[in-house]
Amino acid sequence: MSTESITPALQLGVGDRLRLWWDALARPTQWLVGVPFIVLIALLPVIRPPVLTTVGTDFGGVLAQFGMYALLAIGLNVVVGQTGLLDLGYVGFYAIGAYTVGLLTSPDSPWNLTDDWLSRDWAWLFALPVAIAITAISGLLLGTPTLRLRGDYLAIVTLGFGEIVRLLADNLSNITGGGRGLSQIAYPVVGESASKPNGVFSAGNTSQPLNSGTWWFWLSIVLIIIVLLVVGNLERSRVGRAWVAIREDEDAAEIMGVPTFKFKLWAFLIGASIGGLSGALYAGQVQFVVPSTFNVINSMLFLCAVVLGGQGNKLGVILGAFIIVYLPNFFLGRTELFGIPINGNDIANYKYLFFGLALVVLMIFRPQGLIPARQKLLTYGRSIYVATRRAALALAATPAPAPAAAEPSDTTEGGAR
Amino acid sequence: MSSPGGIGAGSEHGEEFRGTEDVVAGSTAEEYLPDGGVEEAVAIDLAAVDPELADPEHVAEVVASDRTVHAQVGEPLLQMQDVTVRFGGLTALDGVTFDIRRGEILGLIGPNGAGKTTCFNTMSGIYRPTSGSVTFDGRPIGAVKRNQITRLGIARTFQNIRLFSDMTALENVVVGTDARHRTSVPGAIFRSPRHRHEERDALDRAMALLEFVGIGTRATEKSRNLSYGDQRRLEIARALATQPKLLCLDEPAAGFNPAEKQSLMDLIRKIRDDGYTVLLIEHDMRLVMGVTDRVVVLEFGRKIADGVPAEVSSDPAVIAAYLGVPDDATA
Repeated sequence: MSTESITPALQLGVGDRLRLWWDALARPTQWLVGVPFIVLIALLPVIRPPVLTTVGTDFGGVLAQFGMYALLAIGLNVVVGQTGLLDLGYVGFYAIGAYTVGLLTSPDSPWNLTDDWLSRDWAWLFALPVAIAITAISGLLLGTPTLRLRGDYLAIVTLGFGEIVRLLADNLSNITGGGRGLSQIAYPVVGESASKPNGVFSAGNTSQPLNSGTWWFWLSIVLIIIVLLVVGNLERSRVGRAWVAIREDEDAAEIMGVPTFKFKLWAFLIGASIGGLSGALYAGQVQFVVPSTFNVINSMLFLCAVVLGGQGNKLGVILGAFIIVYLPNFFLGRTELFGIPINGNDIANYKYLFFGLALVVLMIFRPQGLIPARQKLLTYGRSIYVATRRAALALAATPAPAPAAAEPSDTTEGGAR
Repeated sequence: MSSPGGIGAGSEHGEEFRGTEDVVAGSTAEEYLPDGGVEEAVAIDLAAVDPELADPEHVAEVVASDRTVHAQVGEPLLQMQDVTVRFGGLTALDGVTFDIRRGEILGLIGPNGAGKTTCFNTMSGIYRPTSGSVTFDGRPIGAVKRNQITRLGIARTFQNIRLFSDMTALENVVVGTDARHRTSVPGAIFRSPRHRHEERDALDRAMALLEFVGIGTRATEKSRNLSYGDQRRLEIARALATQPKLLCLDEPAAGFNPAEKQSLMDLIRKIRDDGYTVLLIEHDMRLVMGVTDRVVVLEFGRKIADGVPAEVSSDPAVIAAYLGVPDDATA
């Protein structure tokens, strides 16, 4: 590590330059760049770019799944990335969200409301906030006794929670339909036409390219933006700072006046409700829930998305979710890539092996994830950030001074360097 | 490329740079490893942030805007009454009684294992006394939660630095100011007027505090990248940010050289003059004798002396227990 002291004053990497460039833009310019970028992403299933488009499965459907996983990753990131609580049972909240919608709107369920007063046209929209509320309550119920535990103990308890939810769904056959699951779950009925009698969100809408997957993808983009705004506001507030402080040193945070238990519970609750939202989307899109979908391995997959993308970075975890969902589907059904013959189905089937390997490699070379966290925890920090950016750019512009010319440090600790 | 996760990975992904400033891990457990962050090893221009930060009087005013002590200097602020703390068979504190008075710097000294830190932890609510009582500002603090004790007005620093290492210096201090804030999740989501007011206030106060302890230009540096001395100062700033009535410093000069100790003494005096009451646990006798107004000496969990520094340092019991007998006295 002796090379440290003789490196030039400031080497800015591509990522840093990109970030500095973005931060330097005025707000309107950021909108001018950001909005077309989001629109471009939203139009992906319409444009269907040649190599990127999946072969084995419908591209719109894959992107819809990505949207749901992105929500899950953002929610899990609040718990794991921001607050540092290792939650291995996050799939439980996803399941509760999906099953709430299922139980309220599936004809197989004893609690089906669509028989009596609830129109099937509005059933999903009605069930969505209920699902979010129920998952939030379940987060509260899980968190209240368990958040007194720390680290590994919390991880074990949450792992158990995820399994309990799945086992309940599997064994309460007279309510959840057991292994047969719940079918004919409601979905939003919008935009009916002669060719699409059940509206654009119906799984029956297979018209290309605007099939149901594309529409669900668009809906999830809207929800992701709303969730990002909410989570972003939280991050740049007392709440977000409390979360990071708890992650860094829980005891010190408590002694500095942070009500740690309260804010851990909030993190759990917010993470859970976002998971429930994603579950409700899933139930509506697939119109069918079975317990095996909510296997505990999915928790690992969600966690993989968060760690891969960059814990604590919202953009990073969305990228992580994209990789987790897209890559296996990219290979599915492919027999050749750029002229090289490959067995895509095999590659897709071994996805857990590859993600495991990817994680190991990542932990060695880039433990902070693909897009590392660069949190902004202050609402009105702009003037400070501007001053920092100026100083960073000035330092980057100056040629490297000789090590001896370095400004005398105010510490003379021996061997500290 | 000594470490595989280190420089190579960083530069490859273009997320890493390193300044010429000393990056000192100090005594923190964390080894300095690149984490891919822009280590903002830059001094920011304070005038661009807030021109008023150049005025020390303005800074001191912002730092202690709520001081009420001047009217009551000398009144007891914290009273330890016959406090005994036992851990199983071990008696760490045995019937200790003393006061901390408003507006003073009280030194708490004693040999290793004398019970200084136990005393300290009892005051800050980490340990509950087995018997006896601790009264702060007229209120017993027997069953108050730890995070509420901060709100009562006791703030502390740690012997082994415990900053939020991944946060910037400024954010660390803002966490301290948050102890006085009441915005919770709904307020933050909808950006309530109270939230916005608190955020503005926190930023102003935090910048002023950083400037007050002398590290204003390092505000946006990750706290783990600050030099050891700056980390100690940052801990003091973070503790002051909670608007304490009593500031407890646990060996703030550990690992300092004489020049740094001198500037720390100046800072402690400046804090007292700004209206705070300070409790200082310290081993360095020159620092204790130089800065404190009164000294309490503990040995084996008992108080053996209590008085002004000159008195205490000539007390035979203290000399025998702690200061050691000078060579010429034995001769």
